[in-house]
Order: sequence, then structure tokens, then C-alpha cells
Amino acid sequence: MTPNGQEIIVRVRDLRFAFGPRVIYDGVDIDIPRGKVTAIMGPSGTGKTTLLRLIGGQWRPQSGNIEFDGIDVHKQSRDGLFELRKRMGMLFQNGALLTDLTVFENVAFPLREHSGLPERMIRDIVLMKLEAVGLRGAAGLYPEQISGGMSRRVALARAVALEPALVMYDEPFTGQDPISMGVLMRLVRTLNEALGLTSILVSHDVQEVLSISDYAYVIAGGKVLERGTPEQIRTSQSAMVRQFLDGKPDGPVPFNYKASRDYATDLMGDAGA
Amino acid sequence: MKLLQILVEFLRGLGEATLFLFTMVAALPAALLRPRLVAQQLYMIGVLSLIIIAISGSFIGMVLALEGYRTLATFGSTSVLGVLVAVSVMRELGPVMTGLLYAGRAGSSLAAEVGLMKATDQLSGMEMMAVDPIKRVIAPRFLAGIIALPLLTAIFSLMAIGVLGGYLIGVELLGVDDGSYWSQIHQSLHPRDVAETLLKSLVFGVAVNWIALYQGYHAAPTSEGVSRATTSTVVVSSLAILALDFVLTAFMFR
Repeated sequence: MTPNGQEIIVRVRDLRFAFGPRVIYDGVDIDIPRGKVTAIMGPSGTGKTTLLRLIGGQWRPQSGNIEFDGIDVHKQSRDGLFELRKRMGMLFQNGALLTDLTVFENVAFPLREHSGLPERMIRDIVLMKLEAVGLRGAAGLYPEQISGGMSRRVALARAVALEPALVMYDEPFTGQDPISMGVLMRLVRTLNEALGLTSILVSHDVQEVLSISDYAYVIAGGKVLERGTPEQIRTSQSAMVRQFLDGKPDGPVPFNYKASRDYATDLMGDAGA
Repeated sequence: MKLLQILVEFLRGLGEATLFLFTMVAALPAALLRPRLVAQQLYMIGVLSLIIIAISGSFIGMVLALEGYRTLATFGSTSVLGVLVAVSVMRELGPVMTGLLYAGRAGSSLAAEVGLMKATDQLSGMEMMAVDPIKRVIAPRFLAGIIALPLLTAIFSLMAIGVLGGYLIGVELLGVDDGSYWSQIHQSLHPRDVAETLLKSLVFGVAVNWIALYQGYHAAPTSEGVSRATTSTVVVSSLAILALDFVLTAFMFR
């Protein structure tokens, strides 16, 4: 089931991707509807961040294709890809702010590199973006002088500086205290409405993410386990989805990483076998 | 079998580094269009290395003058002390010592800076903002490094021969005649010596900055990876400088 009657901005078809022998995606279809907040959820290590890097064209899938606004991301020249990326914003897990630049200069960075606007106009845009994330007062500070949650808000201001069509959030809530988490959640939602963005939210903070998204995917083991509205996800009957949502240690997803020898042999040597 | 694997790994690294050099060189025009970025890096790796270069140059010159004076005095020819200091510094010690000091001071910091930028997703972040990190981060540093090393070598040599080094010890302390110190240098140091110094330092500049930026850019994105990149930068560039110095000297031998 795809989001009905919606215009699709990112279309992923039959995606296959592996790091050496480790298969991350094994035939995945994902549709990201335009103008909505779509959540991609799944246990750690299922390649949620990988998906964002694939959409951004930083990595190349072994097969399958990814279209952004009707353009195949992986069939572009380097220049073509850079043109596409100007319409995508990405928020890295740790913010990825440039540490030798101030907060102001960080937000101004993509504008100065790409927009060719006069410095006065850039200044106004930067101050507006910073005001939107509530950090106009921190414009003169360096990244090491602000907290982790503030860094992410600065990174968010930077990600929307060029007014992109799509913003990708990589684990935006991980390691945040309840207050910054609430602030960030509201920001994701309000920016999506105010700027007419499309947002992709990668996370494993299930309840928080479901509460602000319009549509969600649960992925694990290289497959899409469940897709639908937050309500449909919450009431899913799939055993794996239930284990993930309810945080149970026992279920289809094993607690133990697969070992090559059994426990007794490992402890006692061959005598234990 | 193991040896073969090591050889293959080595060749693969060499190929990767060569490709990296080509990409950097291809991005140099872009760096030329951003003189501010280059100037910033010239300050970071050039100006901030000045003190260590100047002090080391002075000490090397002082030691050369002391040792040289003792030997020359036994032949009663202390008037050529200036030549001894100048020729040793210009032909050999200037470019090599400056190169080694530069590798330790600036090379290591370049590798660590770029390595950490990679580890903290700053390079990835730039790519996602449609900014090429090779053009924005690597090329300006490469260009600045290549400009900085010959200049630092000149300053090193100047300090060693004329200012605090040989001149201070030879003329001011040991009483070698001021006029003969300089005129002997003037007579026996040829423009060709200066050109060779320049060529050597230029080659060392390319080598050290290439190694440092390659190590940083290809560092594993962990604290261990960055530390390994810094160490290999210093080790590999020091060896490269000494080996290249031999090759260049052999070619220019007359």
C-alpha cells in the first residue's frame, strides 16, 4: 500500500545494498509523499542512516533505483548530483557543524557557497533561520560553546537555509533531554508546515516520532516490515513490529548477536562439546 | 603469501594516494579562485610555524659555526667560516630540516584536522550541501602548504646563516671578520645553489602536504584512526623527505 493520492517526491524501488557480505537492503520499496513528515523506523544497525546516504547519492546501491523529484539520483554526473543536493537538506546525527566557523557562519555557509546573494541579504536570511530555531542570540558563538541540542538546531537552520524541497533528519532526538527533544519535535513539525518542506525522519524513538509523523515505515533485516499511518503502525499485528514497538527483549529479533560456536564450546573448549 | 598480501596492500595504497594527488591538482584552479581560503591556511600552517622554524634555524647555525670554527682554526682559515655555514645550510640543512620540522608542526596538524573533520561528518555534511570538500577544504590547504614551505626554508636559512646563527657566533662571539664572513659567502654561493634549495623545498612541500592531506582524508573515522593518520604523516613524510633529498642531490650533483 502506498500513500493514496499523494504526490511522491522520493521513490525507492527494489533497492539492494550491501557492505561486503553484510546485506543491508534486500529489495525495498519506499515512497516519500511530498509535503509530509515520513518516519523511517527500525532497530539499530538496520541501515536507516544508510538509506539517507543512498537518497543523497553519497553511496551507490548494488541494484534498484532511487528517484528524487522524478530524477534518478544515481544516474547523475557529479555536477548533476550537486544540483540535486542543493534541493535536499540533511541533518546529521551530531550536527556536523563546521567547527572553525561560528553559528552564524555555519548557517551562512551554504548560502555563501551557492546563492551568490549580497552579504546583507545573506545576513538577513541567516538571522531569520536562526530566529526560527530560537538561536538568533547564539549567532556569534562557536559550535564548541553550545550544547548538543543547540548544535542540532543550528544544523537544522543550516539545512533549511537554501529552502530545500526535502529535509532528511538522521536520529535527531538521540541523546537529547526531554526539553530539547520537545523543542526539536515541534521544530520538525512547524518547519515542515511553514516552509512547505517534505521531511524524512530516521529514528528509533518510536513514540515521539510517531506522534509527529504523517506516515511511517518500519524496516528490519533488509525488508520493509510495515508501512502506514502512525495509527496503522501502532496497531500492527506483525510480531517483529510489536517487539520493536513494545521494546521486548524476546521475539523474532534476537538479543544475542549470532555466534559461530555454541556457548559451551566457547567456554570449555572442545572438552565441553 | 602474507608478504604478497602486504605488497598488494601497499600498491593499492600507492595507487589510491596517486589518484588523490590528481584530484587535488585538478582542484587547484578552484583554490586559486578563493584566495581568502588560501590566505587563511597560509596563516594557519605558515605563519604559525614561523617561531619553531626561526628558532631551529638559529640553533643549527650556531652549532655549525661553533663546530666549523674549531676545525677551521686548526688550519688557520677561520675567515671561510661563513662559506662553511652558508653552503651546509643552503645545500642541505635548510630544506631538509625545514621539511622535517614542517612535517612535525604543520603536517601533523593538517592530518589531524582533516581526519577529525571526517570523523565528525563535517566532510560528509559539506558533500550533502553540494560543496566539494576537495575544492573547499583540501585544495586550499595543499596550495598554501606548497607556498609556505619554500618561504619557511628561506627564513630558516636566513636565520641560520645571517641573523642569529652563524653570524652571531662566528662574528660577534668568536671574532671572525665581519667583511670576510659576508664576502666569502658572496663569492662562493652561486645562484644555482639558491635555485636548488628552492627546488628541493618545493618538492618537499608537495610531498609532505600530499601525505598529510591523504592521511587525514582517508583516516578511519575514529579516534584511533585520526591518531594513526597523524603518526603516519610524520613518519612517512620524514622518510620521504630524506629519500627525496638523496635522489634530488644525486641528480643535481656536479
